[in-house]
Amino acid sequence: MSGRRWWKGSILTTAAMVLIALGVPQVVDQFGLLQLTVFAAMCILALSLGFVWGYGGILCFGQSAFFGLGAYTYAVTAINLGESTVATLLALVVPAVFAALLGYFMFYGRLSDVYLGVITLSVTLIFFNLMNSTAGDAYRVGKARLNGFNGMPSLPTLNVPGDPGRLLDPAETFYLVMACLVIVYVGLHVLLASHFGRVVVAIRENEARCELLGYDVRLHKLLVFTIGGGIAGLAGCLFANWGAFVSPNVFSLTMTSQIIIWVIVGGLGTLLGPIIGCLIMQYLATALGTQQLANTSLVFGVIFLAFVLLVPRGIVPSLRRLALRA
Amino acid sequence: MLSVTDLHARYGRIPILNGIRLEVAAGEFVGVLGHNGMGKTTLLKALMGFVPAQRGRILFDGVDVTHEPPYARARRGLGYVPQGREIFPGLSVRDNLRMGFVGRGTEERVDAILQMFPRLIPLLDRRGGTLSGGEQQLLAIARCLAGHPKVILFDEPTEGIQPSIIEELVAVLRRLHRTEALTIVLVEQNLEFIAELAQRVLLIQKGAILRELEPEELRQAGVLSEFVGV
Ligand SMILES: Nc1ncnc2c1ncn2[C@@H]1O[C@H](COP(=O)(O)OP(=O)(O)OP(=O)(O)O)[C@@H](O)[C@H]1O
Ligand SMILES: [Mg+2]
Repeated sequence: MSGRRWWKGSILTTAAMVLIALGVPQVVDQFGLLQLTVFAAMCILALSLGFVWGYGGILCFGQSAFFGLGAYTYAVTAINLGESTVATLLALVVPAVFAALLGYFMFYGRLSDVYLGVITLSVTLIFFNLMNSTAGDAYRVGKARLNGFNGMPSLPTLNVPGDPGRLLDPAETFYLVMACLVIVYVGLHVLLASHFGRVVVAIRENEARCELLGYDVRLHKLLVFTIGGGIAGLAGCLFANWGAFVSPNVFSLTMTSQIIIWVIVGGLGTLLGPIIGCLIMQYLATALGTQQLANTSLVFGVIFLAFVLLVPRGIVPSLRRLALRA
Repeated sequence: MLSVTDLHARYGRIPILNGIRLEVAAGEFVGVLGHNGMGKTTLLKALMGFVPAQRGRILFDGVDVTHEPPYARARRGLGYVPQGREIFPGLSVRDNLRMGFVGRGTEERVDAILQMFPRLIPLLDRRGGTLSGGEQQLLAIARCLAGHPKVILFDEPTEGIQPSIIEELVAVLRRLHRTEALTIVLVEQNLEFIAELAQRVLLIQKGAILRELEPEELRQAGVLSEFVGV
């Protein structure tokens, strides 16, 4: 994990992200900037699953549950408080706590991998149905009406901490989202290079062996899952902010399968992979969406199959192998 | 150091251990000999807590660990080098060693252990999976040592290993016992190996300790054919 090449790669990636963050607002128009902001937020979501699945070996089919929970937590809190700082913090904490509870039940109940997939997926779909059925005036949390399938519009967007009147403009929001992306990326790198990270990877390779060496496997998995939930929640918060809107679609099957496709396309077991996979697929989705040439889900399905069958390692690991051979 | 009474264990409904009694004093080197499928591995797994004890009691260092999970026993200093070695093939040799730490180890410990296993030094940056069987066995032992165990349970360390490395293993285990003053339980089918190292040898058959032998007795052909069928 701690090879020199590994560090070199991550430093280069970080530098590239910082350059993009600083340079892009100078060269693209408002529309492009908004687009890139949501791309970056989704990259954070992709990283969360890339960490939980690719390193922790936890097959989570319901990463969007935490994403959506983060988005709704932000929405409800921001509407009630009229201020974004506490809402943002809660959007991290609530999904993390929820992940910890769900994880406790799954890991300490010694559920097998297949059941993990089924349960996480079910939880997402339960959220989806639950939020869809909250139409009507009765469903409100404080001042916030949940609005069922219509979603919650006109959310208060991010403001400067302590100054609710001073909202961030699009360029500032972009900087903030990019900063979050860099922090999550670098943070996960440092975590994976630590002893904790080594144990997490070793658990993925051989659980029983780790247990016999004296590691509490369930606790490690629980921590990974919880961290992943918190990161996904942060992504959800940034996403809700971007459109000043949240609807039950954040919990939808489309959403949750998209995240899996990003990670598969980009490459499991890397951090750069999920980012690259997410960018490519998001770009494709936007391009297909505006040209209306083909059904997006259909194209995504074909790409997913093609990768599983032809490039099962994903883009980044495959390129790395090519580079090593050359 | 290790005191086992009336240990019973089963896989599903099939009983494998039927009342094992075992006393290992601190600093002792005890061998366990038995056929394929007689329950040697199961015994060690039960001692580690990977197979639950149906009945009986396991005392380690004066503490009842019968119902503790494996990681807790390992943390108390019960080391285990499993059959088939089970190193982490995807991790580097150095990271494999670091995995042995469990809170107590430090990088200096890795250096100290490497003094004992000079053969591993040039391999430190290789992935564990690319090592030969003998090298993997040395790595598995070294990794176990990284966690400062008080007792080490060895499961057939000579299985599938070439003779030249077996000699090295004899030297390593002897050193662990004499110089490092570790308590050792060695499960084996290799008679010469066990006779050379163990202070006393237990014969296990159908999940029970059948008899105790002096190492010299192992060299008498009669005893061997009677119990081990070699
Ligand atoms: N996971 C398992 N489930 C069911 N039965 C098992 C399992 N593992 C081992 N057994 C059975 O338990 C018995 C004892 O197995 P064990 O591995 O303890 O033998 P052993 O003495 O270590 O043999 P060997 O010398 O081949 O390693 C065997 O009959 C084996 O088939
Ligand atoms: Mg065995």
